[in-house]
Amino acid sequence: MPDHVHTSAEDEHDSAYAGLLVNDAHWAFGTDFEDPLAGVDTTIPEGIDAPTLAAYALMLGDDSLVMSHRIAEWTSNAPDLEDDIALSNIALDLLGQSRLLLARAAKADDSVVPALPEGSPAPPEDALAFFREAHEFRNVRFAEVVNGDFAEATVRVLLFSVWRLAVWERLRASTDHVLSAVAVKGVKELTYHRDYAARWFVTLAQGTEESRSRLLAALDELWPLWPELFDTHPVEAAAAASGVGVDPATVREAAEAVLDQVLTAADVPRPEVARRSGVLGRTGRDGMHGEALSRMLAEMQSVARAHPRGQW
Amino acid sequence: MTLTETPLDAGTQADLESHFEATIARNDRIEPRDWMPDGYRRTLVRQIAQHAHSEIIGMQPEGNWISRAPSLRRKAILLAKVQDEAGHGLYLYSAAETLGVSRLELTEMLISGRQKYSSIFNYPTLSYADVGSIGWLVDGAAICNQVPLCRTSFGPYGRAMIRVCKEESFHQRQGYELLTTMMRGTDEQRAMVQESVDRFWWPALMMFGPPDADSPNTAQSMAWGIKRNTNDELRQKFVDMSVPQAEALGVTLPDPDLAWNDERAHYDFGQPDWDEFMQGVKGNGPCNAQRLAHRRRAHEDGAWVRAAATAFATKEATA
Repeated sequence: MPDHVHTSAEDEHDSAYAGLLVNDAHWAFGTDFEDPLAGVDTTIPEGIDAPTLAAYALMLGDDSLVMSHRIAEWTSNAPDLEDDIALSNIALDLLGQSRLLLARAAKADDSVVPALPEGSPAPPEDALAFFREAHEFRNVRFAEVVNGDFAEATVRVLLFSVWRLAVWERLRASTDHVLSAVAVKGVKELTYHRDYAARWFVTLAQGTEESRSRLLAALDELWPLWPELFDTHPVEAAAAASGVGVDPATVREAAEAVLDQVLTAADVPRPEVARRSGVLGRTGRDGMHGEALSRMLAEMQSVARAHPRGQW
Repeated sequence: MTLTETPLDAGTQADLESHFEATIARNDRIEPRDWMPDGYRRTLVRQIAQHAHSEIIGMQPEGNWISRAPSLRRKAILLAKVQDEAGHGLYLYSAAETLGVSRLELTEMLISGRQKYSSIFNYPTLSYADVGSIGWLVDGAAICNQVPLCRTSFGPYGRAMIRVCKEESFHQRQGYELLTTMMRGTDEQRAMVQESVDRFWWPALMMFGPPDADSPNTAQSMAWGIKRNTNDELRQKFVDMSVPQAEALGVTLPDPDLAWNDERAHYDFGQPDWDEFMQGVKGNGPCNAQRLAHRRRAHEDGAWVRAAATAFATKEATA
């Protein structure tokens, strides 16, 4: 008799749900696993300015937090199941990066963490994500743009990951061992994000007339925010000077070269659209955002803020 | 595609049938290339498709809370969970494809209302506690229904179900863990959990289908080894399992008739509102129109992308 033949009405699969009240070891992890940096040495290496490290980690963490939220909005809305799953993966990777970075920022300098009502059990990563106002977020404006069609998602993920990957390849050499470790892990993730988006970029560019025109429109729409990704904020300059971070201006050439490869493969010309200006010269890294971010946060923060003493 | 293109003579037909019956009697698996009665194939397509559709429509009620998850950890958990459901849909559609029906055909059957999905997903999610209740009760009920399907007679379906059930067990556990955590929180959170359990308990009982006396397909499905237990057997099992879990959690199940019966060694319990159930089945539930419209919009919005992928693949193949 083949070994997959079952003679008994009860077998091991029947008990799959029986152990709910038992916290046994076969579950991948237990409950109350809250600190994303649990077990990691979070001391600040000598010569690193803690407030600079915290401010820099927040910028990178906010980029991925906001971007992750937008990508996650695609869940159950993608053109096919494979892409629904792929986009959730990208959102999950970016969310994971944020948790590590926000936790790192809080460990480096707890003055960045907003004060919560007495008795709030929210860990620092959540205090930062759910209890800051829009102007306290330091993400680039590119990340917060309201979602468009799938061509827009393709261009968004491509440009974002080409830029972030160029920064993070260098961030692996950060003098802060936590940022360095986060970058080592993140580079693998971002490489997948970039390749996924690049494949779709070429496919849409070469697919049908409609897909090509949608892709070109999406590129024109997002291009004005591309140069801002390479602006050097004083925090980034200070972080780069001390070896903690990377000055994005120094990776522009490398990022443009990668992007050009994709544009060439897709036979798409570089857009000729001017960069978007800021407000009184200030942009995302300065806490000056578009209208979309505060709406996004109003939704994202609603439950956490309604129950500041809640346990989740 | 059909596997019976050449008309068979009566003798061959009888041989095939007795071979099929013998395979079922041995509790062995029927595989896609094996001969099977048309009714068996139709029943399987209907059941697997309905299951796949349920996974995909089921992404919506929980997906409703991803953007509002109250902690980053919960957001990651919920996003991963909804992603798992897309994965379940994917391999169930693949199992259906081995029976000769494409994912696109089935999707079109769903959005035109010709095929059903589990009515549970036509209930709205109204608070974050619903994420927990869906995990605990809805996924819990789904597991009771699905674990026996790991031994279903059609090979690809049974094998898909083994993986689905493992992930569903994990989902159920995360839902229960969320509720347990909330119960340790504030009074408002405890009230939120109770209110959510009050709303989902009866719909969870409905998930096992109508009482056996009103379930026309059960007998044939059991004879074919597609279904392994009756609706009422599984419903009883679910109630027996859930009562101690509710006690440990500290919530009250909203059924005044719920009581241990020594003689039967099972819990007695009341009946859900089967009229409301039928309204949901007929398309008149609280979210039927919304869920279908969402799925239809996503499918239609994606048409130009799928067309582009097909056009690109054709160009690549001929280049």
